[in-house]
Amino acid sequence: MTFFTTIKSTLGGSMKSSFSARALGIIMAFLPAIAVAEWNLNFTPAVTLLGEEIQAIHNLVMWIIVGISIVVFGAMFWSILKHRKSVGHKASNFHENTTIEIIWTVIPVVILIAMAFPATRLLLATRDSSASDMTIKATGYQWRWGYEYIDEGVKFYSTLATPRNQIDGGAEKEKTYLLEVDNKVVVPVGKKVRILTTSNDVIHAWSVPGLAVKQDAIPGFIRDIAFKAETIGTYRGQCYELCGKEHGFMPIVVEVVSEEDYQTWMQAKLAESGVPSFDPDKEYAVAELVAAGEQVYNANCIACHQEGGVGMPPTFPAIKGGKIATGSMEGHLDIILNGSDKNPMMAAWGPILSDYDIAAVIAYQRNEINSSGDIIQPSEISAVRAE
Amino acid sequence: MEAVHDHSHDHHVPTGIMRYVTTTNHKDIGSMYLWFSFAMFLVGGVMALVIRAELFQPGLQVVEPEFFNQMTTLHGLIMVFGAIMPAFVGFANWQIPMMIGAPDMAFPRMNNWSFWLLPPAGILLMGSLLAPGGAGGVGWTMYAPLTIQQGMGMDMMIFAIHILGMSSIMGSINIITTILNMRAPGMTMMKMPLFVWTWLITAYLLVASMPVLAGAVTMTLTDRHFGTHFFNAAGGGDPVLYQHIFWFFGHPEVYIIAIPAFGVISEVIPTFARKPLFGYPSMVYATASIAILSFLVWAHHMYTVGMPVEAQLYYMFATMLIAIPTGVKVFNWVATMWKGSMSFETPMLFAQGFLFLFTIGGFTGLVLAVTPIDIQLHDTYYVVAHFHYVMVAGALFAAFAGVYYWLPKWIGKMYDERLGKIHFWLSLIFFNITFFVQHFLGLAGMPRRIPDYALQFADWNMVSSIGAFGFGLSQVFFLYILLKAIRSGEKAPEKPWDGASTLEWTHLPTPAPYHSFETPPDLRN
Repeated sequence: MTFFTTIKSTLGGSMKSSFSARALGIIMAFLPAIAVAEWNLNFTPAVTLLGEEIQAIHNLVMWIIVGISIVVFGAMFWSILKHRKSVGHKASNFHENTTIEIIWTVIPVVILIAMAFPATRLLLATRDSSASDMTIKATGYQWRWGYEYIDEGVKFYSTLATPRNQIDGGAEKEKTYLLEVDNKVVVPVGKKVRILTTSNDVIHAWSVPGLAVKQDAIPGFIRDIAFKAETIGTYRGQCYELCGKEHGFMPIVVEVVSEEDYQTWMQAKLAESGVPSFDPDKEYAVAELVAAGEQVYNANCIACHQEGGVGMPPTFPAIKGGKIATGSMEGHLDIILNGSDKNPMMAAWGPILSDYDIAAVIAYQRNEINSSGDIIQPSEISAVRAE
Repeated sequence: MEAVHDHSHDHHVPTGIMRYVTTTNHKDIGSMYLWFSFAMFLVGGVMALVIRAELFQPGLQVVEPEFFNQMTTLHGLIMVFGAIMPAFVGFANWQIPMMIGAPDMAFPRMNNWSFWLLPPAGILLMGSLLAPGGAGGVGWTMYAPLTIQQGMGMDMMIFAIHILGMSSIMGSINIITTILNMRAPGMTMMKMPLFVWTWLITAYLLVASMPVLAGAVTMTLTDRHFGTHFFNAAGGGDPVLYQHIFWFFGHPEVYIIAIPAFGVISEVIPTFARKPLFGYPSMVYATASIAILSFLVWAHHMYTVGMPVEAQLYYMFATMLIAIPTGVKVFNWVATMWKGSMSFETPMLFAQGFLFLFTIGGFTGLVLAVTPIDIQLHDTYYVVAHFHYVMVAGALFAAFAGVYYWLPKWIGKMYDERLGKIHFWLSLIFFNITFFVQHFLGLAGMPRRIPDYALQFADWNMVSSIGAFGFGLSQVFFLYILLKAIRSGEKAPEKPWDGASTLEWTHLPTPAPYHSFETPPDLRN
């Protein structure tokens, strides 16, 4: 019977079984390298009521499986042990029995019907996104998320904040490795939040396991999903649909805060969005733009064009010595604003980056990576955009 | 027939490599299918090990993310289309004529071409890695519009799929025609060995579903190069349309892989239990029901695309229905073993491994059938674990069982029983170390197809990688066992398995002669 309790404890997710604890102890003894090991066996704890219900129905299904296992594997192992030639068992010759065949067809039907009722009720509940308190649009980009609080008009982008040197092994990995972003989604606790998903390029999927939501973000279409977090805290998710090379590097962080904190955050965001982050009329110096451009480059360009702009030809051309970054300023600005006609991997950055950011990254590419020596001012980019 | 097939025929048989290039003999072609699939299995396996090496620890150590995506894509395509499917076509070629008392396949020249289409397709698939920009890094499901962004490696993969599809369709037509027209007198449909039945059903699935896949990839090709917008919303298309078409092929494909495996298991278990298969008619009906249902559940692979909740409900109920015929099959196998007189030579060990692990794969299928749970687990490692239980512990273990079972008949020599048993236990243990722990990763939320992961996934990934390398090495050991049997195996007795009851064991010498059943056996009594 230890066999079945093992199956139950490992599949069912109880971590208290002494067998699996001992087994884990043995395995861990061989793997001292894993210091932060968690050996999770089950779902991330849910902080929504629907999430708890999903885990409850999963537990129900697991118990059904344990029951069927005992019967099927019990019969299987019994016959393996008892009905073997080596213990002198003689073979019977029976090969059909209509009664038993009807019984083992009907019993699964009954079990499945019993499962279908709670599953149907729960599915209808999880797909109900009506009567939500607020709506946020999440747009997938290669490779970041863009958010828009529809009612307030607040918009921002949310990009991986884990430094590259942690990924490459140059620095120790923080606890939230690959699950940290520059701008978190902030929502109030106890409010039904409706997420609209769409995409700017390929299919992505917006999901936070702790909130028990997952919805594909499909270019050209808008889908929706809703959640109501019951507990204040920070919940982390990822993109779940293969979306190209940086698919593993576009996390989602949702911070659930009190209503009061949410209002404070929203006021700050609103104030921020009213003030341009740069002076549109100022003549910026080369050094200032290059310094800012390095930040922009590292956040947006480095994944494909690589450190120092060496690229990964032919899909990701080199910026260092490249035709565009050493060619005309108009051509350089055009490909950044509008993307490339020839190479679909080069996205249009116009909708994502500010005029200042684009001026800065152009300055960085032409003065640090290359040495063309020229820059373009944010105000000139505004003028080009206005055309 | 007799006059045409006398000795003069044999004088014209070319030798050496030309024998295999020009052969129309079902046994030669079967062997080529099996060796080709084993070679592809090793190539796909190396790709899996690249993936597992990168995932051994968090951080990027071994490969770049782009190459990682190419590995997951090619691993999937090569294992599905290059390894598992041709392996079972190889079994079909060797066994179906011998099991129904036919001299060969119905269309021997088409049979030759069906095989010889495979190497060019394999070369195109692997060669796509050398194309500018590498192979497509899109996953074996090749979802639009990510496919639009890829380099010419993607086009090579599309052509490879076209060629593989042609090969499969021709092979299937051959199998259907052979089974329906070339059975020996007295071999009625309901007396055919279950392996033959499962292949008949599989062949219909292939004929019905492969053209759909060809359509999906052709639409991708025209979207890429010829200005169509099937999958581009900006041009009036719909990216989700691709998924519907792909999975209309993709779900039957799962059973194209699984059903011949059921057939092998249904031959091996009765032989080593020394007892007839329990519930033969219900096995046939269950297999046919699974095949029909497989065309009605495709969208359960895409619950997160945002389809109407009514559609989700339909797909959930239809998917649950599959548990019924699948359950019947498992119960019948256990009932066949019940009160038998079992012995556990290597084929039987692999059949038992299949039965136990495939059932676990069925259980996780039951979990995934419940839509709200599926949405949580969609595109996580839980799904990866689930389908490897069905594909590896299911189809691959059944193929191993089949090779060990029929090898004496094919080459007239025995494999080393002790080594075969070691191969089984190594495969069983390392398989579970590799894939059982992936259930935990999936429950905890680790996405599929990522080259690097958050720290809470580190522990089980390391365990899984260790298991994968053990599993890979165990299969190199299998190659050694095969070569040892071929070079220096003991001479096989006429009937090494005393419980075997199908025609190839009861009516043909061991090894089977190059031309068998030139006169059909009379089975009317």
